[in-house]
Amino acid sequence: MSDKILEVNGLSMHFPLSGGAFRKSTAVVRAVENVSFAVHRGETFGVVGESGSGKTTLGRCIMRILTPTAGTIQFTGKAQEPVELVTSDDSLLRSIWRDIRMVFQDPQSSLNPRLPVIEIVGQCLRKSEKLSGKALADRVSMLLTNVGLRPEILHRYPGAFSGGQRQRLGIARALATNPQLVVADEAVSALDVSIQAQTLNLMQDLQEQFDLTYIFIAHDLAVVEHICDRVAVMYLGQIVELAEKDELFNSPKHPYTRALLQAVPVPDPRKRPAKRVRRGSGEIPSGGLRLDACQFAPRCPHAQDICRNSSPPEKQVGGAAVLCHFAGDI
Amino acid sequence: MMPLTPMHTDSPEPLLRIRGLKTHFFTADGVVKAVDGVDLDVQQSRTTCILGESGCGKSIMARSILRIVDAPGRIVDGSIIYRAADGRTVDLAAMSPTSKAIREIRGSDISMIFQEPMSSLGPIQKIGKQISETILLHRKMSKAEAKEAAIEMLDRVGIPNPAKRYESYPFELSGGMRQRAMIAMALSCQPRMLIADEPTTALDVTTQAQILDLIADLKEEFDMSVMLITHDLGVVAEVAEDVAVMYMGKVVERGDVYSVFENPKHPYTQALLESVPRIGGVRKARLPAIKGMVPHPLARPSGCSFRTRCERYMPGICDKTEPVLTQEGSSEVACFLYSSELANVR
Repeated sequence: MSDKILEVNGLSMHFPLSGGAFRKSTAVVRAVENVSFAVHRGETFGVVGESGSGKTTLGRCIMRILTPTAGTIQFTGKAQEPVELVTSDDSLLRSIWRDIRMVFQDPQSSLNPRLPVIEIVGQCLRKSEKLSGKALADRVSMLLTNVGLRPEILHRYPGAFSGGQRQRLGIARALATNPQLVVADEAVSALDVSIQAQTLNLMQDLQEQFDLTYIFIAHDLAVVEHICDRVAVMYLGQIVELAEKDELFNSPKHPYTRALLQAVPVPDPRKRPAKRVRRGSGEIPSGGLRLDACQFAPRCPHAQDICRNSSPPEKQVGGAAVLCHFAGDI
Repeated sequence: MMPLTPMHTDSPEPLLRIRGLKTHFFTADGVVKAVDGVDLDVQQSRTTCILGESGCGKSIMARSILRIVDAPGRIVDGSIIYRAADGRTVDLAAMSPTSKAIREIRGSDISMIFQEPMSSLGPIQKIGKQISETILLHRKMSKAEAKEAAIEMLDRVGIPNPAKRYESYPFELSGGMRQRAMIAMALSCQPRMLIADEPTTALDVTTQAQILDLIADLKEEFDMSVMLITHDLGVVAEVAEDVAVMYMGKVVERGDVYSVFENPKHPYTQALLESVPRIGGVRKARLPAIKGMVPHPLARPSGCSFRTRCERYMPGICDKTEPVLTQEGSSEVACFLYSSELANVR
């Protein structure tokens, strides 16, 4: 497909660790290492991984809240020339932040408790569209209606709302500037089951209504399967498998993807894992990423010497891109 | 697969029998009825899951059992009958929260693990010390023996290099390891019942699977009863033998796991099961969501508390009186759809 809204190439984000007498840099944490993918216009692109896999850092790099260490991120808006985000200066970024918006995980801490709803949702419109007074109130009311909230709440504060309602406020804020791309970082993780379903439905409705593209970052595989079109699985800063949703969930290729899928509890007591099939072992190692080996080798049931001694190439297996020495063979 | 023993909803002697339990919080704004008439049995050697969304009172109910509800909350009514190893029964609800009697039950007969191990483990004491302290409190042992028992316990819960980890502080461990250390502490006195309050909610799925396996193993090894509190339907389906579904401070449905998941009776249980996306399940364009949200605890609806969100709300019936748990097939449900006097309305 040629219509790519976002193209990420060789993206790396390293955080220096400092220590010693003069806070000199002693080591780096490679939170994201050489990640490449493209997001097509109108799709929902899922990024899954456990904590520490770098999925949030990736989202923050795309938003340019962080400046990546290396790589390029090219954004192509509707009827716009491609823009390189990594090298953009602040003024250019400000205009891009109308087109790319973010919804955060924690509806408690991502809304300023001292601002009324009209400011939370509409503040950006004061700057970007010079709206104020009645015009602003009208616009914010409309946004609130779009996300299923009553417009009467304009002058209330976030404290008055439940978690689900706050997340709707966060979504309304993201939509305020008519964005094209929305990065949703664990947007439904903090919500109860019944509220989560409402919010997912709302996000799908809005996508249709406003022609949105989502980058949906989450750890809940069932939710990702429900809402996403294509899915990237991250492990220790790398995308280990990227495929269409159906292919990824029906025939996972990377041992890590399999381990993840196996670990998800299925809400059906007849599908319990057979007694004592030991599921996975170990955890994400804290030492960080090694460049000369497969990251998953220490936990992988198929690991051979080659996995411990050389970094795996990206292989194309079926429709999936897999980072594994034995992709397709196991 | 867990061994399937037949379900006895009212077997003669459950380990724990809760009847009409009410734990209310007396706040400046009014009385919050966090737990408002819970009936529940926990059978010997079985895993009972308490399923509910946040705010339904499941944690407060569990804390009421051990009498660790913080002020301004207190038990205002009901009984929690615990059957001790020697066969005599005691009412935990009638004990003083600071009495010697309840302190002897806490930790040695019934112990509890929490969602966030970091906030329940002391931050400035080595984990080994914290475990051996618990052992010294409840078992007649010398310090050296207690240390040995603690190391053995750390080993049993799958902490690598237990003798070295004995000397670790909680912040030196990962989330999964901390939860293991918590479990080691909770089981160090070989309790007859373990209450696990969202033990895996803060963990990654792969770690969650390991911890659930560990709890299931230890349950069998020590022949414990487990009460597992969770909002995750997947976790319930995986570990539960019995299930109780809570909504706004009440048990609205209870039964064995197969009855509840395959033949849910209460409209809330049905809606809850419908609303979760399932891997490999039937693709739905939209999730059937439960409308509205849980009412404010100070603005309880009259009659059935679920009626404001219920698809099968019957005006004139559901808003008049509260339904009570009644046997319906293989499970019990609190809903007027099933009450025989109203059969004609159905």
